[in-house]
Amino acid sequence: MNHWLTILTLVPFLGGIVIAGLGSERKNLLRILALATSLIGLGGALCLWLHFNAAEGGLQFVEKFDWVPTLGIQYSLGVDGLGLLMVMLTAIVTPLAILASWNVEDRPHVYHALVLWLQAGLFGTFTALNFFHWFLFWELGLIPAFFLIKLWGGPKRSGAAMQFFIYTMVGSIALLLSFLAIRLATGSFDFIELAGLAKSGVLASKLSATFGWQNIGLIIFFGAFLGFAVKVPVIPFHTWLPAAYSEAPSPVTMLLTGVMSKMGMYGFLRILLPIFPEQIRQVLTPLLWLAVATIVLSACAAFAQKDLKRILAYSSINHLGYCLLALFAAASVATGVTASDLQKAAALDGALLQMFNHGLTASALFLFVSLIEKRSGGLRGLGDFGGLRKVVPVFTGLMGIALFSSLGLPGLNGFVGEFLIFKGVFPLAPWAAAISTIGLLVTAIFLLTLIQRVFCGPLNERWAKMPDLTTAERLLVLPSIALMFVLGIWPQFILGKIDATVVQLVQQLNF
Amino acid sequence: MLAWTIYITFIGVLVLMLLPRDNARAARIVALLTAIAGCVVAFIGAIQQTHPGEVATITQIDWIPSIGASYFLAADGISLVLVVLTGLAAVSGILFSWNIEKRTKEFFAFYLALIGGVYGVFLSFDVLLLFVFYELTIIPKYFLIARWGSTRKEYGAMKLALYSFVGSHLVLIGLVATWVVAKGQLGHASLNLIELSKVSLPLAFQHWMFPLVFIGFAILAGMWPFHTWAPTGHVAAPTAGSMLLAGVVMKLGAYGCLRVAMVLFPEGAKEWQWAIAALAVAGIVYGAGVALVQKDFKFVIGYSSVSHMGFVLLGLATLNTIGLDGAVLQMFSHGIIAGLLFAVVGRMVYDRTHTRDFNDLETMQLGKKLPFAAITFVIAGVASMGLPGFSGFIAELQVLMGAWAVFPKLTILSGVGIIVGVAYTLRAVQKGFYSDAPAKASDPHEHPLEPITIPEKVGAVMLIGASLVIGLFPGLLMNWIEPCVKSPLFERLLKGGSL
Repeated sequence: MNHWLTILTLVPFLGGIVIAGLGSERKNLLRILALATSLIGLGGALCLWLHFNAAEGGLQFVEKFDWVPTLGIQYSLGVDGLGLLMVMLTAIVTPLAILASWNVEDRPHVYHALVLWLQAGLFGTFTALNFFHWFLFWELGLIPAFFLIKLWGGPKRSGAAMQFFIYTMVGSIALLLSFLAIRLATGSFDFIELAGLAKSGVLASKLSATFGWQNIGLIIFFGAFLGFAVKVPVIPFHTWLPAAYSEAPSPVTMLLTGVMSKMGMYGFLRILLPIFPEQIRQVLTPLLWLAVATIVLSACAAFAQKDLKRILAYSSINHLGYCLLALFAAASVATGVTASDLQKAAALDGALLQMFNHGLTASALFLFVSLIEKRSGGLRGLGDFGGLRKVVPVFTGLMGIALFSSLGLPGLNGFVGEFLIFKGVFPLAPWAAAISTIGLLVTAIFLLTLIQRVFCGPLNERWAKMPDLTTAERLLVLPSIALMFVLGIWPQFILGKIDATVVQLVQQLNF
Repeated sequence: MLAWTIYITFIGVLVLMLLPRDNARAARIVALLTAIAGCVVAFIGAIQQTHPGEVATITQIDWIPSIGASYFLAADGISLVLVVLTGLAAVSGILFSWNIEKRTKEFFAFYLALIGGVYGVFLSFDVLLLFVFYELTIIPKYFLIARWGSTRKEYGAMKLALYSFVGSHLVLIGLVATWVVAKGQLGHASLNLIELSKVSLPLAFQHWMFPLVFIGFAILAGMWPFHTWAPTGHVAAPTAGSMLLAGVVMKLGAYGCLRVAMVLFPEGAKEWQWAIAALAVAGIVYGAGVALVQKDFKFVIGYSSVSHMGFVLLGLATLNTIGLDGAVLQMFSHGIIAGLLFAVVGRMVYDRTHTRDFNDLETMQLGKKLPFAAITFVIAGVASMGLPGFSGFIAELQVLMGAWAVFPKLTILSGVGIIVGVAYTLRAVQKGFYSDAPAKASDPHEHPLEPITIPEKVGAVMLIGASLVIGLFPGLLMNWIEPCVKSPLFERLLKGGSL
């Protein structure tokens, strides 16, 4: 029996406790300890990555034992390609966020402990296979995030943190109630077992037998859907996001957008899609339109923003909208079996890739914003800058790469995911795909506008002495930029790991 | 063994009375030692009981044979859970009243008398004995509030005492009637709870008696709309008093509902199941909603108690195994968490700042001045919201699961209550500790706040630890509760419900 995944989750958790106990005096020691802990996490994730048997694709590194037998709760962990990818993403973004928060002076011990606990919550969420402790980690991530926004955020932080927490909790409670109903009907909290029951149709019949209500499945699906839809977020459940992302300190926003938003997508893929495929099919058309609305409206909203962080916040919604589109399209009914299976696989491959890429790119972009804020004394309005390329050429170049990656330029990572998504979705849901391309167009417009207003044009004299990136800062952004190129040119690096999992997921949907 | 929890506690009361009047330190130490001894006995006794599903007799002596009353102490799993809870609450309450200087020995004598009565209720299997212990608790809690309380203490104390008396009179009427009817059926007088539970009381009788006795007990459990004593009583009481009120006294009511009303009148319980569930959910939502708009920190916690006790009542109303399991676990969990919340607000904050008004607290930056209090409150708040990892989650999870089976719509409604619960807790965290309001201009004559003392830290860690341990390993208590709920004593009750 191996315990790698438990250890991986415990390391940041315990690291956080140690750091919180050190007190705020020895600031550098705290930072180094936090960084070391997160690097151990990265090392652990890399080990998993290397030892993961890609050809098999099923759950690996499984741990399972009874926890609360009277309630059917098992401690059950494991990762497949999807979980592995998300663990890897968490492990990459966290050390970057810790490095980006090197200058936090207010209660740094609490700050770093919270960041590490957030990481523990994320690792736990991406590896848990039983609802009970999955939910524990899902909520465990929420509390550190709340306090990171509440205590270290911008001027309107209290409202933003409160809104973030309440919205997420509304979703979580709906999700919890749904799963309690499922547990009552089936006696199981196990995701894999429930997916099996859904595939054989037992779940639906048990639910209606328990509640004596034909449409109960749909109501329970909506409850679970709400939980994830708030987290991703899907329009119209997104209103907490711009406030939270822009008020949170930038390193925290890196974590929020880089990984926490993936918790919602992960939930969609791991839980909603395998357990409720029938219900998704029943309301497929509205769901597809929701995805389209998410893509198009968020892009338009981003175009209307004046604040760099808010632009990027809306663009995050937009990027995850493509994942949703792929996901719902993949759930549509199969017609010409083999061909549509290939398209579904392409769409889901694209969605997974897009999740990773967005995590990488969006967190890099928020990192650049934090660097710019450091130089401008907190200013980050679109109109506050201008012509920066003349004074900070290296910064301009590197942030430009990240922006073009976000825009989906071929050769950079963003392109591959979006390409695969559209390749898969077009045959499955042509209209939805066609309208979604408007989102691509508007994204290009607002990102180019951003580049133009901040970096080009006449130099705003106020920033004539702005220092360019220091060596340390260059090293900090280097890994993300390098990965953008690597994944853009050689996506097989990730696709190879997730392919078998995606094929299994598609098979799961065929019945 | 377990009977010694009662005796030790009352011996402690006697010793305290014999102490010289002005030796506060001795009084504290005697009280603490007594409470610890009681707690240890409770733990050992509970662990020694190998078959928690059965009612293990401790002592049974004839008391008033002519009416069938006996001194009958016994314990099953549910008693064990609540006795252990009482032990923990007693010790932590004393740790949080270490700073009582006014008539210390009398305070602790009343305090221990209350605890002794509570132990007695949880261990009595004779209806009359249970009732006597139940009544016995009213007197010390009246004096604790009226003498050592704050904010309209006489009013709060009187309201609590009157509500309690009204409730116990309803119970008494019901019990006398039951005694008469049962005597006719049994052929001899009996007040033995186990014996009475086997009598098939006439259907119509049960339909009328159940609401009477249930409401009588439920008044003390804070059932809406009979809850109004709870917020005022909690606010008026001294810290240890509110900890005990929320921690164990409200449990007395819920325990009576389950042990007496529901077991004696299973048919009645089935008949009124809907009404109880509706009132319980009304309490959950109403308590949470009112807590959301309070200006006084302690009122927030007071109303949150009403809301959380609603889950206990909802669990009872499900009449299925999982719901009852959850209800009993929620009694334990709420006892721990509410005690902790009152400790933070009453002892750590109010005793130092002398205000509980959010408008004043907002200007004090307590998050920085009293970091330990702030962190304790955040943890307690998180536990109280029912986030996983703490005992409240696993308890509410079972209650809701049980409720899904019987009242799906009410279950969804109680979800709204949980969300409002999250909102008021966050609001309290925000206004009480981490406000953005500008700090008040510092007054040079102002005394710096006294740092958190060792007894407070020990008490807080103990309660947080208890909630965490049960949250992560609910099996520890479930192994006591579950066989007990499935035992013959509850068989007739459960047959009425589904699952």
